[in-house]
Amino acid sequence: MAKFERKGKTGMPAISTASLPDIVFMLLFFFMVSTTLRETELFVRIKLPEASEVVKLEKKSLVSYIYIGPPARQYQSLFGTDSRIQLNDSFKTLTDIRDFISSEREAMSESDRPFLQTSLKIDEDTRMGIVTDVKQELRKASALKISYSARRVIND
Amino acid sequence: MADIAFLLLIFFLVTTTMNVDTGLARMLPPIADSNEKTTQDVKQRNIFTVLINKSDRLLVEGKPMDVSILREKAKEFIANPNNDPDLPEKEVKQIDYFGAYEVPKGVISLQNDRGTSYAMYMHVQNELVAAYNELRNELARSKFGKYYDDLLEDQQKAIQAIYQMRISEAEPKSVGGKK
Repeated sequence: MAKFERKGKTGMPAISTASLPDIVFMLLFFFMVSTTLRETELFVRIKLPEASEVVKLEKKSLVSYIYIGPPARQYQSLFGTDSRIQLNDSFKTLTDIRDFISSEREAMSESDRPFLQTSLKIDEDTRMGIVTDVKQELRKASALKISYSARRVIND
Repeated sequence: MADIAFLLLIFFLVTTTMNVDTGLARMLPPIADSNEKTTQDVKQRNIFTVLINKSDRLLVEGKPMDVSILREKAKEFIANPNNDPDLPEKEVKQIDYFGAYEVPKGVISLQNDRGTSYAMYMHVQNELVAAYNELRNELARSKFGKYYDDLLEDQQKAIQAIYQMRISEAEPKSVGGKK
């Protein structure tokens, strides 16, 4: 005859934490793969304009960024509120764009150089004057592939 | 073990961004050589001039226009469905999948003032690109029964050859007024 016996007091058994590292590592790898490192700190305030016909930028390594917008609040005492150009990690002027493009070119491998693309991240309140000047400088530096950065919105 | 992994996880969460960069891709024209004056003759009927002034108003083909109907007007100009003599000429070209096809030769010329706001400029650019994309989609639907994005690469090329995106951003002109 089988005998069933209660083995003392059985409460809730403790959840095994042995698989916890696995779960966390999985999350970790997910974030490592799906994200990119933040490369520059923004000194200018940029609210990108909206557009519905945007395309994704193909290869991140071929893209260099030019930021144009009004300086962030803590820099306004120094640089005013008018739109400024930021290249890499500092405020720059129009004349620096050519050097910037050539140094970006230099940093790329020779076979990639013709595919250099410039992404213009421009605040929507900026006036076109400075944008036109930047475009002219880019033409002089023969960096002709550009992309006007915009947020994707879907509207019909 | 889990502690270290958590630490790494939080580090990556803080230092990384997830947003994909999107934008309107464009080719700038190469800088003109000042020594040689190249005058390209484009007939008036083949040009669709869009002017944006410093108070963000539009002047299209010499007439004021609201930005909401720009897309329709641009589509009408690019495709010229009724062979209107005021709209662009067509040139018969051999194109894969289509055979001899009348390809319209229109060019959109976009001009802006230094005082135009970037938001408006982008809005207009977006409408013009949308006009091309809608025409391409319509053609893809009628010819292949699919959306343009779902087509094979050489089918897309064929459609691109018919509706080639020609948006010229004009040389800057200084028009009066403060910037």
